[in-house]
This record gives sequence, C-alpha cells and structure tokens, in this order.
Amino acid sequence: MLSINCPWCGARDETEFHYGSQAHVAYPENPETLSDEAWAHYIFFRDNPKGWFQERWVHTAGCRRWFNVWRNTVSHQFGPSYKPFTPAPARP
Amino acid sequence: MTKVNFEFDSKMYSGTKGEPLVVALLKNGIKTVTDSTYLSRPRGVMALGAEEPCALVQIDSGSGEPMVPATQVELVEGLAARGLAGIGDLPNVSDDARYDKANRHVEVLIIGSGVAGLKAAQIAVSKNQRVMLIDDAPRVGGYFVAKNNEIDPELLAVLDSPNLLHLQRTTAIGLYDQGYVVAIERRTDHLSANYDPKVARIRTWHIRAKEIILATGAFQRFLVFPNNDRPGIMLSHAAATYIDKYQVQIFKKAVVVTVDDQGYEDALRLHKNSIQVQAIVDVRSNAVGALVDEVKKAGIEIIFDASVTNTQADEKGELAQVAISKVDLTGKVLSAVKEISCDLLAVSGGWTPTVHLATFIGVKPKWVKEKAAFVLQDLPKGLSAVGSVAGDLGETENTPASFFGVLPEGELATVSFIDLQRDATVRDLKRATGAGLTSIEHIKRYTTIGTSHDQGKTSGTTTIGLLSQLISKELEEIGTLNFRPPYIPVLFSALAGRDRGELSDPIRTTPIHAWHLDAKAPFEDVGQWKRPWYFPQNKEELHQAVARECKAAREGVAVMDASTLGKIDIQGPDAAEFLDRIYTNMFSTLKINHSRYGLMCGVDGMVFDDGVTTRLGENHFLMTTTTGGAAKVLDWLEEWLQTEWPELKVYCSSVTEHWSTVAIVGPKSRALMKKLAPDLDVSNENFGFMTNQYAAVAQVPARIARISFSGELAYEINVEGFFGLHIWNAVMDAGKEFGITPYGTETMHVLRAEKGFVIVGQETDGTQTPQDLGMDWIVSKKKEFIGKRSFIRSDTSRDGRHQLVGLLPKDKLKLLPEGSYLVAKDSKQAIADSNHIGYITSSYHSAALSQTFALALVADGRNRVGQNAIVPLFDEQVEVVITEPIFYDKENTRRDG
Repeated sequence: MLSINCPWCGARDETEFHYGSQAHVAYPENPETLSDEAWAHYIFFRDNPKGWFQERWVHTAGCRRWFNVWRNTVSHQFGPSYKPFTPAPARP
Repeated sequence: MTKVNFEFDSKMYSGTKGEPLVVALLKNGIKTVTDSTYLSRPRGVMALGAEEPCALVQIDSGSGEPMVPATQVELVEGLAARGLAGIGDLPNVSDDARYDKANRHVEVLIIGSGVAGLKAAQIAVSKNQRVMLIDDAPRVGGYFVAKNNEIDPELLAVLDSPNLLHLQRTTAIGLYDQGYVVAIERRTDHLSANYDPKVARIRTWHIRAKEIILATGAFQRFLVFPNNDRPGIMLSHAAATYIDKYQVQIFKKAVVVTVDDQGYEDALRLHKNSIQVQAIVDVRSNAVGALVDEVKKAGIEIIFDASVTNTQADEKGELAQVAISKVDLTGKVLSAVKEISCDLLAVSGGWTPTVHLATFIGVKPKWVKEKAAFVLQDLPKGLSAVGSVAGDLGETENTPASFFGVLPEGELATVSFIDLQRDATVRDLKRATGAGLTSIEHIKRYTTIGTSHDQGKTSGTTTIGLLSQLISKELEEIGTLNFRPPYIPVLFSALAGRDRGELSDPIRTTPIHAWHLDAKAPFEDVGQWKRPWYFPQNKEELHQAVARECKAAREGVAVMDASTLGKIDIQGPDAAEFLDRIYTNMFSTLKINHSRYGLMCGVDGMVFDDGVTTRLGENHFLMTTTTGGAAKVLDWLEEWLQTEWPELKVYCSSVTEHWSTVAIVGPKSRALMKKLAPDLDVSNENFGFMTNQYAAVAQVPARIARISFSGELAYEINVEGFFGLHIWNAVMDAGKEFGITPYGTETMHVLRAEKGFVIVGQETDGTQTPQDLGMDWIVSKKKEFIGKRSFIRSDTSRDGRHQLVGLLPKDKLKLLPEGSYLVAKDSKQAIADSNHIGYITSSYHSAALSQTFALALVADGRNRVGQNAIVPLFDEQVEVVITEPIFYDKENTRRDG
C-alpha cells in the first residue's frame, strides 16, 4: 500500500485516496470549436510514461480535497505533492 | 521441562512443552511424518524452520489449521496433529477463535532477531529511534543459538529498551513500497491447544517504517540425486541442531555430503554426540584448514570429487544405505566409489540468503560465485540488509562449490526430487528444457516447481542451478524466481481479523428500518443500503406481493421508504450556474420551491447519474442522486469545483442521512395528504406537480414535494431523519381507511418501467447518451455543460446506436430474463450471436397491463418499433414485438390526480 502525502493532511495510506489520472489536463476553453480528433484526445488520451509522472489524487476518506503529485511509475516513489492551481515543483 | 501429552496420527505420545513437534516426533522414533503429495513416498523432516518442504501436518486441536510445517508447531498439552500428504483439509466448522489487527509506525523495523538483527537493534536504539524487532521463531538468537551458543547479555539487554517493540513468533509476510510491512503474530498456540475466545490468537500487524533492516538469515540447500527424499535425509545444519541442541538420539550412523565447509562443521557436531560419521563426501577436489584437520583427527573419512548418487531404504521406506560416486560439477556421474549403510544422511548444499521480502518490491538478487549464493544488491532507499541475508555467510577456509546435484537419465531421473512438496523431479526439469523452455519463470509454471506451500524456499536456487548445469548457462544469466507475498501460508481468518459476518461490510439502514424488519420484508442490497424488496402478506411469493402492491399504487394509495436516495446540499452564490454546467438541462431558471428532474453526463457524453433537484432558496439547492451513486456524484461535483472551476463559490455537503423521505403514491394520496396536513391546500392549482410546500405533518415540520416516479399522483414527505419512523407510523395510521399498502423496490421498478422511466445503472452501463434513451428533450441547446461536445462526435451521432425501446412478448405470461439477447426476426440465419440486435435491461410482470413487458437497448431501436424480434433462450425462442418504451398512461393524465 502506497503512502501518499496529502498537501493538507500529511502522509496517509493509499486506501484513503482515489486516483484521478494525469494532472494538468484542463477542460478545453471552447469545446465546440474543437475537431472530433482534438476532443477525443481530451476525453480518452493520457500520457503513460515510464518514470516520473504528474498525477491527481483526491483524499476521499480524509479532507476530500484534490491535489497533484509527482510519482515515479517504475519505483513507486513519490515526489512532492502540491495544491491545484499552484506552480508545479520541478521533476524530482 | 514440563512433560505434555499430544496426539499424532490418532496415537498418544509425550514430549516436552515448547519443543518443536518434529523434535517430539523424532524422539518418539517417528521419522516418517507423512506421505508425499502425488507419489505417496514416505517423507520425514528435512529442515529447521518455515522452509520445511516435507513434514507437513494438519492441526486438529483448537480452531484447527491445515498445512503447517511440523517444524513451526510448538508442543503443548492436548495438541492433536496428523501428517498431511500435501493437500490440506479446511476444517468444516467456522473458526471461532479471535483474530485482530494492529497498526504501528516506527523509524526502524528489523526483521529477524538473530545476532545480526539484535546488533542492528542495538545501534538503532542507541540513536534513540523508535524500533520494532520481529522474528518468526519462538526465541531470539536464530542459528547462533541453534548451535548451542549463548548470546552476550549486553546484546540481549537491548530487548529491555523502552523504545523497542519486540515480537517473536511474528513472521513478516509481505513487504511493499514506502516501508510498508505486513506481519502475522502467533500469540496463543504455544500456550494452549485450545483457543481462548477472548484473546486474539493471531494478530496481523500493519507496519509503516522509515527504515527496514532485513536480518532474515539464510536457508540451507539440499542436493539432487536419485532417492534423495527418504526419511533420514536432512539438511546438515538441521540434523546437527536436532541432535546436538535438542538431543534427538535415534540416529546411529551418518554420512555427510557437502559442497562447502558447513558439512564439516555439522559432521563434527554429530561426532560430538556419539553419532558414527562414516564419511564426508565432498564434491570439491580438496579442502584444507583447521576444520578439515579436526575432522581428520576425529577419524572421519573424506571422499573428494564425489557425491551421494543413490540411496536405499529399509522396509519402512526410511534411509538404510547410500551409494557414493565420483562426479563432476556439471552433475555427471563418473565412477562408483562405495556404498555405506547409514540411518542419517546430512546434506549441505550451500546457503541461500532469505531474500524473499526484498524481491517483493522488485529487487533482483545477484549470483556471487565465490559464495555460491544469490545475494541482495541495489537495495532501494530505506531498505538494507545485515548478516547472512546480506551475503555475510561467515568466513570459510575453502570456497563452496556451485553444485546442485546429479542429473541422471531414465528411471533414476523420476526419483531425483527437486521440489519435494510437488514431487517434481529431474525428469520434469529435463522435459521442460527438452520442450525448449529456458526462462526460469516458464519452467516454474511448466514443472510446478516452487509453487507449493514453501514457494521454493529450499528448491528455488537448486532449480536454477540444475538448469544452469542442463543448458550450460551461468546462474547470473538465468536470474532468480520472482517471489510473491505472503512469505508463508496465512489463514484467511487472520487477514480478516474482526471484519467478519456483520462487520465484513458496513450496512446502511434508514430510520424506518425497524418497521421493515417487523413486517418481515426481504431486503435488496443497493450499494451498502438495505432496502425492503417487497412486503409479503400471507406467505405471498414475490410476484403475488408485487402485483398487489402495484394495484394499490395505481388504484388506491401505497407508501414507500425513499430515504436512501442520495442527497447533496448545494449552496453558494454560484450554485445555479454550477448546476447549469453539471446537468444537461437548465437549473438557473428554476423557481424557488420548485423541483426539476436532471440528467448528468460524463465528458464523453454518456449518462452518469440522474435525480430531482429542488431549489430551496436563491443560492440553495438540494440535489438527489441514485441510491447507489451518491458518493460518486459528490466526488464528481467536488472534482469540477476544485480542479476546473475554483472561481465558482459553491459548497457541497452530503445530507443523505439528514432527511427521511416517505413517498405516498396513488389516486388516493391527495386525500391522505389532506388528512395528514389539514392546513395544507393540496389542490392541484395550489400545489402543482414538481413544487414543494412546507407544513406540519404529525406535529413535525415537513417539506412536501409533488414528485412522482410512478406516473401516479404522489407526495414525498421529507422530515429530519430522526422523525422518519414517527412519520411512517403516522402515514400508516392515517392511511388505514384508504387501504394504504407499503411497497418495496421491486414494485417501484415495475411502476417506473411501465412509464418508461430509466434507472441509471439498469438501463445504462456508461455507454448510453441521453439521446439513446430517448431523452433529447432534457438536453439544452442554449448552454454549455459537461459532455455536450461529445453528442456531435461521429460515434455518438451515428445511425444504428442502441436505443431504448419496449418489448411485449407474444406469450403474455412469458417473463424474459434480464440480460437476454435480441435477434432480428427477419434474419435469414436464424439464431447466431452475430445477428443479435440488442439486449434486455429490465423485465417484469405488469398487473396494470395484465401481461409481462420489458425494456431493451436495441440497435436502431426507434426505427424498429412495430417490428417483431426473437429472444433466444436456452430451450426456446420467444417472439416479441418492439414498442415505444412507455406502456402506461402515455398522456400523463394520472400524475395530477
């Protein structure tokens, strides 16, 4: 079980969280102006890197708040976590 | 030294309290503990601890336990065990012993309390760290103590440190990322054969450690040769420990076969205990040094360049004689040397560091030839190793040989055992390599080697070594097997702890639940909610009760507990704007005290949830969700508020339990409502459909809503949760004169399906748009909302999508199973999966229609209305007509009374 650092509550067990996929995928400004392909990219396509990845988690069984965090998909190490709409820390 | 009596294989014996069961068996002259799993060959004890591959027992005393190595069982008065031929019996009674769980956060966790572990604990404690020290044996000291050494009292003093939690009989079964370790502590089996229901028999520890130090030691390997499985053949350090430390005195004449200096050390321990050691058979060409000199001084013959290459048994199948031959290091037998009769063969095949826990998180051990061992390397931060698991296998004069056994041909290969528990042999391994397999993971699955209860603790490295001999590949290149948790077999009861029966999953009930129980309603599980399914009278069956309940709702008045609907309180100056973005339809135009049905979609345009939302004030809404979807919807709302629209001032709270809701349904509901709230004007002019009024009902303040999920005139009475039962009772009392009838979820489903109202999760599975469900009317063209762009994607706007339709079977009494396929009637190739055009989502008997009906999702369904189709069942083909998905009161004449 991962230990995840909630920026509001501190380190807690993974069972308190839900995963929220890749971070920094904003809802498009004007969806109706997008091509089908561009819209499909927003809905269905996400990066799947080997190594460091910025992703979202929500502290469901805690403060119920969303945040972003760096995680290494190979070593399962966590880098810094940070609140939404705050500048992302550098890649660990 | 307390004498105790115990039972083994239905016979009574005595032994000393606390000694391992295998020792008591050996002292009672029992060398054969059980038969092997598949070949029924006699097997005895081979090893010293959890790695034991042969001497399995089933425990019948206490709460019973299948498949325990007899090396791990401590003798207590009244213990009852029997030899187990590989496959355990689950006791057929429930395990009523107590099990619990504990959590622990520490700075340093040390696994293994041998000398290396104790020293690591001493260092950590001296740094004032919070330390936990666990070990699977009954006592500290590991192999050092097994060799009859005394631990330095200064070192032992660390156990008294207040910063140290020390647990013996505690096995780490799993090691995971971020310093997470799960351990099983056996707390009472060594005290009594019977369990005390008030005391936890096993405790599962969930430990989070900043730093983990592995001091797990090493296992000794055996060697492979024909008939290497007989009782009387043991790992050399195990034999020496049983005889030297535990004073087992049943063996007289021994032979030692070795690849390293360990064999010499153990030969001397046997010699000191008056065992006649007739030869040390060393696969190496030479060995020198003090140990060898001592062996020579003791008059023990040493045969170099040789191995044991066969054994003979006595009439009981136990070891009687060994054959010794010259061999080379590839496992080829060169020439016979001699045969020696003996009752003990001590095998020293080299040491395998106990690396399992580290490999659980992906560490790959490295083969070190001069140690003939896979040693840990490249440990991640926070994980380290000390002692023999770290490759510190002690200084020896002569390097060990990388030799794993002989590789005979023919019949002899079928009795040369590699995995003793699986009865897997050299022939199996050769068959695997003969089939072209070279990967150790493939070979494991092909031969089953390493898949038994011991997970290849003693056989894993041996298999890799023999493979290396067979395919002339270095062990380094072959690599190790991937081990997986748990490290030892674990009882499900231990993992479950107290989370059993009622506590296995939380149950949610409404304040009215007690009434439903009294009415003996069967319950339907909806998420974690217990909802009454139907209310049987006079031993009615489901469909009889449902027909009666439906008739009451359509013709009189019926009542339902609707308290389980998810409720989310939404407040803030931007609440209306927020709902406009979430729902496909408009909510900012909703008047105060009015309600509106809403549909929400995912970004992909697929229906996600639905429900009625009521505007309680300018900036205050109460959203209802499906019973099972409440938590998911709240998460969804929070996700958008927090991660996309932080500029919106909106606050959401779950208030599902805050309100009890009693729905009264049917043409007589207006009269009943009038009686319940005499001051309330219940006329349709003053209290219209989808509006709300406040009034006292049975002296309790209530919000009453004109909402209908049945098509009938209906009122939902909402009161503070606490008053739920009070209101329910008041409604039942007042309703008596109208013949009020309580109904459950099944009737609710029938009533709504007759009206063609969908249930999200029943008519939908996450691939339906509102348009697929015929709900275009609820999709706003004026505003932007989540999912809107997806409705014009080529896939969602194409022809031929599955659309909601109704079905009426030609046979009016035939109830179609939900989930059945539909096949086009005109299809030439009558029944084939490729012809299926859709499937049934809901299917019921209808009292109002006097026949059965169904809802279905059918390709291009709306264009097929009026056509016939076939529902192929197991033993018949049912003809149906495709209809509009609405069967009752198409003109909505009934909802206003």
